[in-house]
Amino acid sequence: MTPNFRFVLFAALAAISLQARADLSVVACEPEWASLAAELGGDKLKVTSTTTALQDPHHIEARPSLIARMRGADLLVCTGMELEVGWLPVLLQQSANPKLAPGAPGNFEAGRFIVPLDVPARLDRSDGDVHAAGNPHIQLDPRNILKVAGALSARLAQIDAANASLYQDRFRAFSGRWAEAMGKWEQQAQPLRGVPVVARHKNMNYLWSWLGLREVATLEPKPGVEPNGGQLSQLKAQLAAQPAKMVVRGAYEDPRASRWLSEQAGIPDVVLPFTVGGNDRATDLFGLFDSTLSLLLAAAK
Amino acid sequence: MSSVHTALGLAVAASCCIPLSSLAADETDPAVQLQQLKEQIAELRQGYELRLQALERRIAELQSASAKPAAAGVPAAAAPVVESPPAAAAPAAEPPPVPVAAAPAGGSASAFNPAISLILAGTYANLSRDPATYRLQGFIPSGSDVGPGSRGFSVGESELGISAAIDPMFSGRLTAALASDNSLRVEEAWFEGQGLLAGATLRAGRFLSSIGYLNDHHAHTWDFVDAPLAYQAFFGGPIKTDGLQLRWLAPTERFLELGAEIGAGTNFPGSDVGRNGIGSTALFAHVGDDLGTDASWRLGASFQHYRANDRPYDDVNAAGTTVRNSFTGSSRTWGLDAIYKWAPGGNARSQSLTVQGEYFRRTESGTLNYDLQAQAGGPASGSYASAQSGWYVQGVYQFVPRWRLGVRYDRLDSGTPEIGLVSDGTLAPADFSLLQPARPSRGTVMLDWSPSEFSRLRLQLAADRSRSTETDRQVFLQYIMSLGAHGAHQF
Repeated sequence: MTPNFRFVLFAALAAISLQARADLSVVACEPEWASLAAELGGDKLKVTSTTTALQDPHHIEARPSLIARMRGADLLVCTGMELEVGWLPVLLQQSANPKLAPGAPGNFEAGRFIVPLDVPARLDRSDGDVHAAGNPHIQLDPRNILKVAGALSARLAQIDAANASLYQDRFRAFSGRWAEAMGKWEQQAQPLRGVPVVARHKNMNYLWSWLGLREVATLEPKPGVEPNGGQLSQLKAQLAAQPAKMVVRGAYEDPRASRWLSEQAGIPDVVLPFTVGGNDRATDLFGLFDSTLSLLLAAAK
Repeated sequence: MSSVHTALGLAVAASCCIPLSSLAADETDPAVQLQQLKEQIAELRQGYELRLQALERRIAELQSASAKPAAAGVPAAAAPVVESPPAAAAPAAEPPPVPVAAAPAGGSASAFNPAISLILAGTYANLSRDPATYRLQGFIPSGSDVGPGSRGFSVGESELGISAAIDPMFSGRLTAALASDNSLRVEEAWFEGQGLLAGATLRAGRFLSSIGYLNDHHAHTWDFVDAPLAYQAFFGGPIKTDGLQLRWLAPTERFLELGAEIGAGTNFPGSDVGRNGIGSTALFAHVGDDLGTDASWRLGASFQHYRANDRPYDDVNAAGTTVRNSFTGSSRTWGLDAIYKWAPGGNARSQSLTVQGEYFRRTESGTLNYDLQAQAGGPASGSYASAQSGWYVQGVYQFVPRWRLGVRYDRLDSGTPEIGLVSDGTLAPADFSLLQPARPSRGTVMLDWSPSEFSRLRLQLAADRSRSTETDRQVFLQYIMSLGAHGAHQF
């Protein structure tokens, strides 16, 4: 090894290590947690999300880029509740980062801090894609966001003690703004109470439970199972007797079945952003709920 | 914490009241009543324990979440977490359900049971040529695991996988294959540890070698019924190493992984050399990244070295006599692999495309021993050197959810081996009929349907020209069923 080359190597290694020290590197499994971490950490965090709002969080490829990203991460923020069970374990195993190991402070599971809905009384795959820990699509109830925010803020303070007071200040500011926004949303959502809806997948239940909408059916006969023609016709017949106001799906979901039912039943096909980045207005968590409510209210008229 | 205690008290009170009211309504004879009482008490106890465990878990979580800031003297930030216990949090929400089936009872012996998964697979094969005559012309046979398998219905290997974390440092896995001939084979039995060196993983035991792309993917995740011809010719199916593997992920933004393996090397292309030390070595490197949100890729290079001592195989000489020959020497294989995956918006649920290809080149040099059992004027020995290569490319397109269409093309080139016994005139080239140069090839098309992530049904058609002259037309119907623990999928 020539001295010159040795110097270059040393400089490169130093640059890598300096870069890694600048901020806390946070990898979120879903865009809503990336957005929440950014709210709580500001410029102290370098936040990325492994998925986008247009991807199905159940089905993500354990891509090489994600393995590399998790190798240097200080904190992983995921939903848990088996939402990422099809891909996250491979990323954790291959990225060999003990900071993110399950149970370590760097492995944050949002689902542990909320009250789960739809916890199955029995676990059987003949019921479709059921999750033992309950319905994992927890982000559409803003009360859950607040609970997760409190726990995540505490976790950030634990991992990065030097900036603990900053995280606490930011959380206090966020929770104030959030409580205010929640009051506004709940006010706006009054007309939605009791409105019957059809969802594509059982991924809106936290939203319904917050706003009091009534899900009369799902397009999927069982969670994760594609509906066939016969099942859709049956659903159409059911809606003739027991009408719904709209058929709702997330931005990442296949539109075909929803569009068919929307045309047949003469009700609007509503595409909710589902998470941050799901449409042009949902640029952050506030925008996510602003947009969700205005879409629902427009369709319910 | 007081509100948590209140919730605990409420849960206890609730679980006591419900069975009592049902007791009062009972009006049968004393013996039956006594039995029912006992059952109800047992039920009550079970429900009560589960509720307590659920609450204890929540308390532990809340405590761990609030402990740190409180110690730092700023309890305000964590307060909303503590102040919103399940019952008080959401007036509109349902009360917290008790996860009966979800959580194994914390104190019972089964709570630490490892994750168990089971793969059931089977095929129906219609082959135009007798599989007993199957051979890869031009290549020294790699063992019994090559070829299209048997005709008609056959149960493939049922694969039983058991895995769990062992302690904070190690985790382990066993994969046992239950073959249709009622034999049990250990496919994988390894433990691995992380944390010795940043980004490093050390694995020990029997494992699927990480050379190539397909090798460390379990057979049930393959896109076709059978392994590419190159894998069959050079490794006799996926290579399993008994030994050690060290892999290291570089701390770079782009995925870069380097690895090395050392092993016993007793499996093909090696053999038991009966000495201490290392029988096989392998090196591999992988690099990969995304191309926008729609696509991602990985490239790999690998090298492995095996040592063979009297690795036997049967051939037919010029007179038509079956002779047993063997090879002693070293076997080196270089490999390159590439995979590209595309899905609109990175959402592979409804539409996706995967293109992959691998190339291997093997050189073997040493001694070829002819007619060990003295059936045809042997034994005789002479030098042997070969350079052989093989590759495949395949594309799999998912055109609607659940349905995929795939095509694959395989090609091997045996080269012309230098056989000392032939070049010095002792024997004729026809005495080594299996080693007559050839370029086997195969074209394959498949269509599969996956009603869910746990089941897959496949139709595969192939024109297999592994034998030098004749084409084997193959039709396969295959099922792959996955039971139990949900395994995550590798890239």
